[in-house]
Amino acid sequence: MTPFLDALTFQAGYNAALVSLGAALLGFAAGCTGAFTTLRRRALVSDAMAHATLPGIGLAFLAMAVLGGDGRALAGLLAGAALSALAGLVWLQHLTRTRLPEDAAIAATLSTAYGLGILILTVIQNLALGRPAGLEGFLLGSTAGMLRSEAILIAAGGAVTLSLLFLLRRPLVMTAFDPAHARLMGVNTRAVDMALLLLTLACVLTGLRVVGLILIVALLITPALAARLWSDRMGGVALLAGAIGAASGHLGAALSLALPDLPTGPAIVLTAFAAFAISALVAPDKGVIAQILARARLRRTLRGSR
Amino acid sequence: MTADPTPLPRPGTALALTGLTVSYGAALAVEDVTARFPAGSMTAIIGPNGAGKSTLLKAALGLIPKVQGEARAFGQPVAQAMARIAYVPQRAAVDWDFPARVIDVVQMGLYRQTGLLGRLTPALRDRAMDSLARLGMADLATRQIGALSGGQQQRAFLARALAQQADLVILDEPFAGVDAATEAAIIAVLHGLRSEGRTIVAVHHDLSTVTAYFDRVLLLNRRSVAEGPTGTTFRRDSVARAYGNQLLAAIPA
Amino acid sequence: MTAAEFVPLTLPPLVIATLAALACAAPGNFLLLRRQSMLGDAMSHVVLPGIVAAFLLTGSASPAIMLAGALTAAAVSALMIEAIRRATGADPGAAMGVTFTAMFAAGVLLLETSGASAVHLDVEHALYGNLESLIWLDATGWPSLLDPAALATLPPELPFLAAIAATVLAATALLWRPLAIATFDEGFAATIGIPTRLLSAALTALTALAAVAAFSAVGAILTIAMLTCPPATARLLTDSLPKQTALSLALAAAAAILGTLAAGDLPPALGLSFTVSAAGCIATLSGLFLALTAAFGPRRHPSGPTR
Repeated sequence: MTPFLDALTFQAGYNAALVSLGAALLGFAAGCTGAFTTLRRRALVSDAMAHATLPGIGLAFLAMAVLGGDGRALAGLLAGAALSALAGLVWLQHLTRTRLPEDAAIAATLSTAYGLGILILTVIQNLALGRPAGLEGFLLGSTAGMLRSEAILIAAGGAVTLSLLFLLRRPLVMTAFDPAHARLMGVNTRAVDMALLLLTLACVLTGLRVVGLILIVALLITPALAARLWSDRMGGVALLAGAIGAASGHLGAALSLALPDLPTGPAIVLTAFAAFAISALVAPDKGVIAQILARARLRRTLRGSR
Repeated sequence: MTADPTPLPRPGTALALTGLTVSYGAALAVEDVTARFPAGSMTAIIGPNGAGKSTLLKAALGLIPKVQGEARAFGQPVAQAMARIAYVPQRAAVDWDFPARVIDVVQMGLYRQTGLLGRLTPALRDRAMDSLARLGMADLATRQIGALSGGQQQRAFLARALAQQADLVILDEPFAGVDAATEAAIIAVLHGLRSEGRTIVAVHHDLSTVTAYFDRVLLLNRRSVAEGPTGTTFRRDSVARAYGNQLLAAIPA
Repeated sequence: MTAAEFVPLTLPPLVIATLAALACAAPGNFLLLRRQSMLGDAMSHVVLPGIVAAFLLTGSASPAIMLAGALTAAAVSALMIEAIRRATGADPGAAMGVTFTAMFAAGVLLLETSGASAVHLDVEHALYGNLESLIWLDATGWPSLLDPAALATLPPELPFLAAIAATVLAATALLWRPLAIATFDEGFAATIGIPTRLLSAALTALTALAAVAAFSAVGAILTIAMLTCPPATARLLTDSLPKQTALSLALAAAAAILGTLAAGDLPPALGLSFTVSAAGCIATLSGLFLALTAAFGPRRHPSGPTR
């Protein structure tokens, strides 16, 4: 238990503290951003984006190794990931201009990008260009053996995303609530949508090393749905989702630091899911218990009126 | 579920609703509606937006759960009489880019005859083609449904219902967004069905055509406001009550 | 490549990948039209916790036990998705996202904190598949296909997948009519005596079955490629449902066969001394097919009124 408490209270070493802090910042940013994407019903776009990072990670590794550098330099890998996520987005846009429904376009994008990524990973393994072992950490997240520079990068990524979100909060809320009205008020809603996509991308990139590309989407959806159960106001939902995301990120990272076998991603995701499950049960009005009580009341009223 | 005995439907009742109540969450969409649709009649269900017209039909057919009440068709619970009922949903309820031709859609109305693997016999194929022909759509049989105009889509839907050869035809907004020619074709077919002794129930929006098209009306605004023959029931005061006076209030005195 | 190499080393993965692709593509057509393609995503993720839990509970790794575990997990997750949708009013995509990430995370957690990873169940296997390892050591060439003693040593995945693919294809054929009607117009379908909820559950079960089948061959996530890409490609080529389904099966088989062959033969042909992931190759190829039809397919745009 002690390692867990240490990690929870930032006592498990400088790197670990940075990682926990980064995970919390990331959780807050992803929770807030996810509140906007989820309520605009674009939640799974981020899943396609996350999976589309894999080919870029692989290619960046190859490029850096061929150029004689360290293939595992996080900044380079993230740059590759960003480029290939953007390529994936363009491809997704192209597919949605056909008759295919958006969900099929998302499923096709994420699966083929992922397949291509796996293909490139096996090439790397076989070329024996250094140690590709670190790349697997991008699938499910891993904080074990993280370099100081990486931890700083993650913490910085979380902080940058969060400040962008803070700057954009007014147009985001207005666009989410009523795009037509926002346009009348002089908000460029297309630009806001683009900004939201970029914020999502920032969350995905920051989350790659910590949560992993397979599960990062959970950090964008689960806190948002949990928060929606408690509040009907957009600002409230976003802040609450951020808080739930931050708590999940911090707790999950601490759990994983304490149990080295446990990848960080699943730990964070399960923590967020626990928050959702509890909310779904006990939230006022929308929770399961409240709904059962309301239905019983309706039955009683109907019986009384007859 | 309910303790009170359901009154035996009089012979000649195609559809009888008793105390039908439907809720969306904690809000009541339809409340305690009791109505009778005599066999061989043609009834318009009229009411403002959000009055629960479509909801009432769906609940009567068992497509959405009801909180209370009962729906009986031809003296049986509706679930057991479904083979004698045809339902025409709102045209907008389906994706018309679905990969099917017009005749494929009409042949869906023959599912009770063919089942999972039964053969589409020549007689059944003829039945589907005749249904299309009755709506003036025979030459569009092999056209892609996505290539139809709104009116043609509605006619294809009605042809599917004709292929079912049902005794009770329930239509949800059959005239929404269709051209005048289609409206005339549809009403001619519906009047033809009525003269064969079949029963028509339709959600209807255009108050100006109620008297010409329908012999009965059910005025609905969550609850049943009035019900009966068009001549005696479709009066200014009852319509005003159904629409909560908003119609009259909109007109300068 | 000689028959003595092809039959033991390439043929089994080839056949297994093809069977898995066929099993996925068939229900994938209806998922596509129902806007439920991500259900395949969800199902392919929840296979993992189902298999791990089944192994931990029974201590057995037999295909039947794995199948039961995976189907149970699929049923649980389908119920969870529905419950979350009702409780939160969220769109289906978000409800699925919450469910499958939590289930997959639970699967990884179970794997890593229990002894299950000792018995060829591991996360990498779940993510990549292990197509290349499914070889037939006792085969010596084409005659082995007629030799009962050699046939008895086929990888057990092969007959298992053959059975599942046959089941999925037969069920899709049997349920064809009601599936088509209910997919087009669910309300109408219910009024002509089609049990629509049961039918949706059956489609979910078929999807889960296909996902389990593909899981052993191509891994959790590449399963979605087979569930989505061939039907989507076929959708952009034709306006007829029977033709679309037939085409999707052909495209799935083509991606599986060409992908497996390319993974083994293409790098050597380029002068490289290794092979690449067959699963990755198959998924990439199916995406390539889709890219081509999205650019040139005769039916890539919705049909509009022609008058």
